[in-house]
Amino acid sequence: MTKQKKPGLVPKNKLVSYAVNLVLLVAAYLLFFVLIGSGVINRYTSGIMTTMFINIILTVSLNLVSGFLGQLVLGHAGFMSVGAYTAALFTLYSGLPITIAFPIGIVLAGVVAAVFGVIIGVPALRLRGDYLAIITLGFGEIIRVIILACDFTGGAKGLRGIPTILPQGSDATSLSLAKYSYVFWLAVVTVVVIWAFVRSRHGRAVIAIREDEIAAEASGVHTTYYKLFAFVMAAFFAGVAGSLYAHHIGVLDPSKFNFDYSVEILLMAVLGGLGSITGSIIAAIVLTILPEFLRGFEDYRMLIYAVILIIVMLFKPSGLMGQHEFSLSRLVSRLTAKRAGGAKQGKGE
Amino acid sequence: MEFLTQIINGLSQGSIFALVALGYSMVYGITQLINFAHGDIIMVGAYATYVMLILAGTPLWAAILAAVLFCAVVGVVIEQVAYQRLLNKNAPRISLLITAIGVSMLLQNLFQLIFKSDAKSVSNVLPSFPVPIGPLEISSVTLITIATSVVIMILLQLLVKKTRIGKAMRATSEDAGAAKLMGVSSRNTIAFTFAVGSGLAAVGAVLYVGAYPSITPYMGSLLGLKAFVAAVLGGIGSIPGAMIGGLLIGVAESLTKAVGLSQITDAVVFGILILVLLIKPTGLLGKNIKEKV
Amino acid sequence: MAESEKKSVPVLEAENLSIVFGGLHAVDDVHFTLHENQIMGLIGPNGAGKTTVFNLLTGVYTPTTGQIKLDGRSILGKKTYQITKMGVARTFQNIRLFKDMSVLDNVRVAMNQKMNYSALAGILGLPSYWREEAAVEEKAMDLLRVFHLEGHAQDRAKNLPYGQQRKLEIARALAGDPKVLLLDEPAAGMNPTETAELMETIELIRSRFHVAILLIEHDMSFVMGICEHLVVLDYGRIIASGTPEEVRTNPKVITAYLGGE
Repeated sequence: MTKQKKPGLVPKNKLVSYAVNLVLLVAAYLLFFVLIGSGVINRYTSGIMTTMFINIILTVSLNLVSGFLGQLVLGHAGFMSVGAYTAALFTLYSGLPITIAFPIGIVLAGVVAAVFGVIIGVPALRLRGDYLAIITLGFGEIIRVIILACDFTGGAKGLRGIPTILPQGSDATSLSLAKYSYVFWLAVVTVVVIWAFVRSRHGRAVIAIREDEIAAEASGVHTTYYKLFAFVMAAFFAGVAGSLYAHHIGVLDPSKFNFDYSVEILLMAVLGGLGSITGSIIAAIVLTILPEFLRGFEDYRMLIYAVILIIVMLFKPSGLMGQHEFSLSRLVSRLTAKRAGGAKQGKGE
Repeated sequence: MEFLTQIINGLSQGSIFALVALGYSMVYGITQLINFAHGDIIMVGAYATYVMLILAGTPLWAAILAAVLFCAVVGVVIEQVAYQRLLNKNAPRISLLITAIGVSMLLQNLFQLIFKSDAKSVSNVLPSFPVPIGPLEISSVTLITIATSVVIMILLQLLVKKTRIGKAMRATSEDAGAAKLMGVSSRNTIAFTFAVGSGLAAVGAVLYVGAYPSITPYMGSLLGLKAFVAAVLGGIGSIPGAMIGGLLIGVAESLTKAVGLSQITDAVVFGILILVLLIKPTGLLGKNIKEKV
Repeated sequence: MAESEKKSVPVLEAENLSIVFGGLHAVDDVHFTLHENQIMGLIGPNGAGKTTVFNLLTGVYTPTTGQIKLDGRSILGKKTYQITKMGVARTFQNIRLFKDMSVLDNVRVAMNQKMNYSALAGILGLPSYWREEAAVEEKAMDLLRVFHLEGHAQDRAKNLPYGQQRKLEIARALAGDPKVLLLDEPAAGMNPTETAELMETIELIRSRFHVAILLIEHDMSFVMGICEHLVVLDYGRIIASGTPEEVRTNPKVITAYLGGE
């Protein structure tokens, strides 16, 4: 099994599959770029696409904590709001041109949310799992109350006049394209970073904590450190998602980032499968688009979500994908192997 | 004087928290489950009171009885339908918690569909008149609330300490496996605990509506969270702890409002929770349970 | 005989170890010295405090009084993961594997402590990532081969049969190159054939990995057959200690076992 691997060399089959994935990504990006640019996809639909990519970032990052680390977090919207307000206030008041201020704002949003992650995580992660859920919930509520009570956040009226991400005077199509490009590639970055993290030694330590914290500690895993690491990383990406959301919508309403929103993100992660990144992506896409087809059932939406959540937990708690991942290269190799007569050794998990 | 009045108001509010906190605490003690839907049982109780009192026009005692029974039934149904399967197969705690959140969402949205989201007014549930106590004037509602809670808590203590089913509850909470071996049916005990907890929440609901006569489908979530904070503060699993926690939260809230910070009351409550968990993770009266290695 | 040749270097020393739980002396004034390459047994009736001793040695509990030294250095007050890194690895009475991870990953997790590449290197796929991962995979597979688990490398740990789960747990404990291996009832639930095989495996582990082994076990023939030194606990105290022969004939031990059960 260990064969003739030369140290320091990336296995060739990996390189090939990376290249294939990259090509497919760029192709997908260009396809939708053209569709939006030419107006085949209208502004309304491209707006939904933007929301969809933001939801992917939120869901995948929540999955890191709730799926891979196995800790229930009910305040993801809280971290998102921190990022949203950070970025919005920065682009509003920094005085920099928006094309420079926005990218800085995104990073800043992630960093500030991560700092909040440390502040909450250091004490909270010492506690047993269900208390962590409550603390993050409480934290989310505190953030919301503080945003409501402060002046510089706009209070209950919300924060208005957040600049669009292109200089004033840019036409609507360019704006749609710019938004699309930002959210697309940031979603890609989020997924790739978390994917790679989970597959590294650090990710294995995080998963080991989910499996058995005591055994992980006894195997030399610094559990507190890794818990905090995953938690803060998730907070960072939630903050990034917040910054994108703020500049997508243009107005921040503190009541948006409530418990229900945190639960909605959790729902996506659970349905996709806690511990499956591809599952999260699929669930985020489906659950963003689905309500558009259920326009007439808007009143029933949360009710339906609730029923789905309960049924999934009772009958298929592992969600759509369980802890499995959809892999194109594996699919291809499986298909080709079949065609070649199934003389394949080893097994894809 | 003003200060004293605020304390008494806080105790009144706190005794409602305490009644609800007891439900969280008892259920957690036996099943290790944070029953997120418990807060929404208050809402169910409030609507039950509304339906009986306003729509059906029954007398108060009948409304209370109906609310308590209805909530007890709802509590048991929730336990049987949503939790039992997971509890039986020892599902991960995260699955239980998510299910509980689902149940909470379900109740809220179901009641919103039935009763619409606008607030319903249920005024004059409890007789309201000022009662002079020394130099203070306290509302009768406040006094009734405190008195009712005290009586109920005494009854609950008697139930848990003296009766057979109460002993079964304590035994299951100490060691479910051993209790089973001793012939205690954990299924019945758990169902009974849900019934009692939900009934208490219904009483809390009636008292709450007495003080704040406006009900919405979402009223239970924040109330429930605060009651949960109270349960954790007192030491989850401990009945006296839930009472003390409830009263402390009530007073803290009342005093925050009194000093003119009513906007951040919720933040203060959650701040207390976080502080307590950091200093004494098991709460004021909680026992330290370390996972067996 | 085994005693005399291995007296040489003490690896793990426990001195006057005590822990009190709510007034109860769960472990009371326990002391022993584990030498290099030695296999020592910790025996005693149920509830004698054997697993508690393991928990003290691995930092799960902090002793009320006493001292624990690894290679002459105190490990008191260190966290469990630090003690593991310093060279004390253990298994658990009721197997604790990472059930949903692959057999290979179970071992790789325990090798994490010896790996160096940063989180950033892992995320970016820098050369250090590929180099260390390849090396670790090779090392992990070698380790699995010792336990005849290489064919199951990609299986989920929970799907292994019981006996192999026990073996995997031992393999995982060895993955961090420990100096001391603590085995908590390794033969529990095994049939006589499996037990005999386990004895061979433990002998093999000692000779191959040069670890000192301290084990808790109820199976007397197993303990007597494999341990060079025994420490007998009852009610948290040491009631006897010596070679299996000395312990077997010790009247206190006989009373503890016959009177205790």
